[in-house]
Amino acid sequence: MDSVRSDRNGASSRIPVALKILIAGGFGAGKTTMVGSVSEIRPLQTEEVLTGVSGADSVDGVEGKTTTTVTMDFGRITITEDLQLYLFGTPGQDRFWFLWDELSQGALGAVVLADTRRLADCFPSIDYFEQRGTPFVVAVNCFEEQRFAADAVGRALDLDPGVPVVLFDAREPLGARNVLIELVEYVARRQLTSAGSR
Amino acid sequence: MPADSPGLAHDWLDHDAGPVVRPYAVTQGRVAPTGGEIDMLAFVVATAPVDHRGARLQPEHDAIVAAAWEPIPVVELASTLDLSVGVVRVLLGDLRSAGLISMHEPQAASRSHDVDVLKAVVNGLRAL
Repeated sequence: MDSVRSDRNGASSRIPVALKILIAGGFGAGKTTMVGSVSEIRPLQTEEVLTGVSGADSVDGVEGKTTTTVTMDFGRITITEDLQLYLFGTPGQDRFWFLWDELSQGALGAVVLADTRRLADCFPSIDYFEQRGTPFVVAVNCFEEQRFAADAVGRALDLDPGVPVVLFDAREPLGARNVLIELVEYVARRQLTSAGSR
Repeated sequence: MPADSPGLAHDWLDHDAGPVVRPYAVTQGRVAPTGGEIDMLAFVVATAPVDHRGARLQPEHDAIVAAAWEPIPVVELASTLDLSVGVVRVLLGDLRSAGLISMHEPQAASRSHDVDVLKAVVNGLRAL
């Protein structure tokens, strides 16, 4: 490609567009597998500072600020030189909820991974994205022997009409990719609908 | 009983005890960047080499500038340099104040994603 360094002033016009997609779901739902199957996965440390977390259990005797280390998975998909997709596997444990606010800020959308054996595990993720207004699809990781009808899962989760439910097999190489396509197409449909209703 | 390092009575107190250092030691305990919030997908571009005269900059600052001659987002810096996102933010604040980098906040922050961009993403994903 052309030399970028030769013109520092022109660099700002070459800043790529980076989009963020969150991969959420209960512990063991396959977040790491999904991020790793479509992108080069790398660990990301977020050493966050906790300052008087409201609603948390009282921390008697613990004065001042404290930090907590969260390692999450993140991966990049390069669409073009100027368009990059970043996937973040959101930490599943409840005590990391504070991280979600930043992660969901400006996110394109989210994939909620559901395990039909433990469907309730993904309720908190769904509640969160519904409240934030973050578009999401539910991806049901299922194996051949336990195929569920997508609309049955949608009813069981009490999803708003229109929220896509995708059945996929995380072991299939294209499974995760197709889930991401479903999400982006859903976001585009919502965008067009909201633009049309204005 | 820790049995994996039999030769050391305190295996976390030897000279290689880097990880024992608290992550925010490198920022002298500062936890917030000067000059305002920094998005984790903001792109960083180095604009000038580090000049050590007068500036209290650390090797980690140098490493960031060296990694940012091409636009690079904050998360990539953190992962590449094996620093936490919070630490990288503080260091970026220093570099921004010193005029050594420029920061470019992500356009996506508006929450309104261009449909043409979304189509390009779908096409790109299909081509994977």
